[in-house]
Amino acid sequence: MKLRNLLVVFIAISALYVMLGAVAELPPYGAPDNPTFNQLTERYIGKALEETGVLNMVTAIVLDYRAYDTMFETIVLFTAALAVMVALKLGEGMGDRK
Amino acid sequence: MKIRDLILKRITTLVLPFIQVYGFYVIFHGQISPGGSFAGGIIVALGFIAYATAFGTEEGRAVLPEKVTISAESYGTLWYALLGMVGIVKGVPFLANKLAGIDLGVPGTISSGGLIALLGIGVGIRVASTMVTLFFTMLEEEV
Repeated sequence: MKLRNLLVVFIAISALYVMLGAVAELPPYGAPDNPTFNQLTERYIGKALEETGVLNMVTAIVLDYRAYDTMFETIVLFTAALAVMVALKLGEGMGDRK
Repeated sequence: MKIRDLILKRITTLVLPFIQVYGFYVIFHGQISPGGSFAGGIIVALGFIAYATAFGTEEGRAVLPEKVTISAESYGTLWYALLGMVGIVKGVPFLANKLAGIDLGVPGTISSGGLIALLGIGVGIRVASTMVTLFFTMLEEEV
């Protein structure tokens, strides 16, 4: 048993070492040559107004560039409401009938 | 659940119109100001939730029957999908906006953005009705 605990501690510490090493390798936050600043960012910042005619860039992305994603986001909400109703409302009725 | 408090009821009655108008303002101005349909929908739903909290669940349900919220939920999603069909009818991808040849208007005005404003209304109604449905369903179950 004691050996097993030691093994667990060893595995946890080595995992922590690997993860902290990965964090240390991350590029500095907000640096202009980060991989997150690619053509996509330039396209959104430079062309969002021209391509969608909307001043609020978040709305331009959510409801135009990513409109398909937003549609299924609303369907996720729909499913959540449906699941709550099925679990709480229909279950009641079934209990009465039994 | 019923709270017997005169002050709470009076203040709710006074504040409620402002909450609702502000919620619809945020939904309709999503394309020109911070905020948008998700935030506006939550604010509209909060108006109904505040009313139901102050006046009791039965009164809240009388204002907004279950049938209305379920229809709003279903038809909001249908409205969004039908607006997406505009692109397919014009021969461009689903949910296309500028590609479908829709006039984008002058940026900064409330009519700008073509389909975006209409899509935002659909999403706002959906979010509001979902919040209200979840609130009422869970509250009625609890009692």
